[in-house]
Amino acid sequence: MANPYMKRAQKLAGNAESAVRQATTPLRNFGFPFRAPTVPRGVEVPPEASGLGAHYDTGWARRPLASSIRGVITEGPMRLAARILTNPEVTGVDRLASLQRLETPPPVIFAPTHHSHLDTGLMIRSIPLVWRRDLVVAAAADYFFNKKWKAVISALALNAVPIDREVTGRKSSDLLVGLVDKGSSLIIYPEGGRSPDGWGQEFKGGAAYLSSKTGAPVVPVFIDGTGSIFGKGMKRPKPGSTKVVFGAPMWAEDGESTRRFNARIEAEATVLGDEALTDYWSARSRAARGESPSLTGPEHTSWRRDWDLADRRKMGAAGKRRRAKRSWPDLG
Amino acid sequence: MDSDPLPTLLKPGMKLTICFDDASLSLPKMRRPDTRQRIIEAVLELAAAAGVDDVHLIAALGLHRRMHDYELKHVLGDRIFDAFHPRGTLYQHDAEDYDNLTVIGETEEGEVLEINKRVAESDLVVYANVNQVAMDGGWKSITTGVASYRCLSFHHNPKTLQNTRSLMDRHHSALHQSLWRMGEVLRESGPQIFTVETTLNTNTFPKPFDFLAKREWEWNAKDRATYLATQKSLSAMPLKARRKIMHSIESPYEMTSVQAGFTPTVHEETLKHVYAQHLVEVEGQTDILTMGIPYICPYNPEGVMNPILVMCMGLGYLFNMYRGKPLVREGGVIIMTHPTYRDFNPVHHPSYIDFFEEVLTDTTDPAVMSEKWEKKYAEDEWYRHLYRTGNAYHGVHPFYAWYWGAHGQQHAGKVIIVGGDAPTVRRLGFTPASTMNDAFEIASDVVGRAPTVTHLHVPSVLVADVK
Repeated sequence: MANPYMKRAQKLAGNAESAVRQATTPLRNFGFPFRAPTVPRGVEVPPEASGLGAHYDTGWARRPLASSIRGVITEGPMRLAARILTNPEVTGVDRLASLQRLETPPPVIFAPTHHSHLDTGLMIRSIPLVWRRDLVVAAAADYFFNKKWKAVISALALNAVPIDREVTGRKSSDLLVGLVDKGSSLIIYPEGGRSPDGWGQEFKGGAAYLSSKTGAPVVPVFIDGTGSIFGKGMKRPKPGSTKVVFGAPMWAEDGESTRRFNARIEAEATVLGDEALTDYWSARSRAARGESPSLTGPEHTSWRRDWDLADRRKMGAAGKRRRAKRSWPDLG
Repeated sequence: MDSDPLPTLLKPGMKLTICFDDASLSLPKMRRPDTRQRIIEAVLELAAAAGVDDVHLIAALGLHRRMHDYELKHVLGDRIFDAFHPRGTLYQHDAEDYDNLTVIGETEEGEVLEINKRVAESDLVVYANVNQVAMDGGWKSITTGVASYRCLSFHHNPKTLQNTRSLMDRHHSALHQSLWRMGEVLRESGPQIFTVETTLNTNTFPKPFDFLAKREWEWNAKDRATYLATQKSLSAMPLKARRKIMHSIESPYEMTSVQAGFTPTVHEETLKHVYAQHLVEVEGQTDILTMGIPYICPYNPEGVMNPILVMCMGLGYLFNMYRGKPLVREGGVIIMTHPTYRDFNPVHHPSYIDFFEEVLTDTTDPAVMSEKWEKKYAEDEWYRHLYRTGNAYHGVHPFYAWYWGAHGQQHAGKVIIVGGDAPTVRRLGFTPASTMNDAFEIASDVVGRAPTVTHLHVPSVLVADVK
């Protein structure tokens, strides 16, 4: 007669072995319902609409709870990080004073130049509070919304909405028009993405189009210095100085096409770029003579572009810290 | 107005000079961007488009103190300051730099117009005005702002100012008549001038000090609580901290009109706007005029309201806030309230200190002091040096501040200051009183036991149109 205690011990050991086996067995060895059902042959399953990219729904990020969390993020860590990394000098905000002081300031489309991921944090930090409270950032759907975690972080921390860079998506533009119509201000990078080589890129018509559609003014902004702090291709940021120059609000003139309006915005950003490097009067005088240095850099494509870029950066905010570090040699 | 549009006046290769009012306007300083910045940026945009390279910007100081760099930045904005100041093309007028002053001509009355050489030699001068009160603007801007001491002395004297009735009514002001005569000389023999004048609303104080611009009976519970909190906390603070707080206030003024072109035409239009805003009809004159003296006047931006400026503000500016007849009848009593500390800013007002100690102990009569003392102060090398290189008012400025009140001094039978430091008030030639009741008691000697009393409420600025 078997010992009852032994039997009990054997049962317990069996259960334990079974539990361990189950726990260590890879999920793939389990069948339905632990896995997705198999599809009978001959049945073609329609592709599921992707919830990512331009299709990502960011509505949740504009609800009160998410907005409050974002308020804490932007006014706290983001502001601090922007301060530490970019040490910005912000000028030209007074050009917005007339709009800012209206009883209900209208929504504004900010169109900054784009050299770095830091630009958005820097812009959010620099934009006056009346617009910062309700600010939406147009972010590349293929970069910021291609993975769930990136999409959640972008939407929550930046109030980013996806914008399709590859094709002119009606969905993106309708969403942005709707948001601006409801009173949100917008940051949209007219260059479409970060500069690949440190020089600016031609402006696309997104900001001009949205302004024409909504009547909201476009404020061109020139950001100098972020490219050398954390430009495209850099693995880690190198703290430095930056300069953010806001331009005067611009509206499309009667009968002006989006293309022409966009060209005016680009021209104004070019003058602001000159103003950031030189001064207001030199920039305006050169602009009047048609001699403003181009944002997109020289025509040539070889090493000379990089060479010229180095000279340009020396004139800008990014170069200031390096120059300040120089000291006279100690000659005893 | 009565001028070709500015863009057609701007030509490549021309000499363009832009003059602008100094820190004495606006009061208190307006929040940025200042009206002058808006005007000058608009002018510079046009000048750049026209290919004008030779541009100078001159702060039209007259004999006022030089502005600090931060004040210039406040008035003009960082962009203009950073572009022009390092080049040396943004600077402040020097009424004692005779190498850079030139005589334009002489009026029929023998007044010599001597102004800044750069202004005189310019192809076009644009003047950016802030016309806070009716006294400002017109020919006065250039003929005082960029004039020499010699030139200013033709109208800044007791005789002219005693016949200036009032400063706010240019058609009955001997000062303005003299300036307009000089303006005619300037028009005939000087550079082409394009004047831009702007008027401001009376939105003087930002929150939480906005209750100050309301009538007391309009104060709600919140206003009363704010007043009490402000009053109690200010009185608990040292004087310097109090001044710092009050002078840091930036007014949320907004522009109510802008007009540009030929100086006299522009100014007449400006006056319409200023009067539309400031004129208050008053029936008949009063026996006693009471007024509170504010912490600020045109001659102490960021500085101390010294006893001479108290006199200048009370009898010079506030008394002159009339058109037609003064608010107080001739021989009536003016009662001011002010602590009247014997306190001076030695950087801004060095000659005021000596004026108080030396001149006022001798006489308070403008004509006597003009004859006996003015030359000494005006030609003092140390004061001249401080005016030209530091941030001091010209040595003669306390005399001018005193003359400013000459008409009021002559008109009033008695002037009483309530709450002032008694010996200091007596030095000014006024009567000190501890309370308003005491002041009325003292006044009864002059105006009897049943006088009429009118109170001039400041802020805001108003001009009494006395019928």
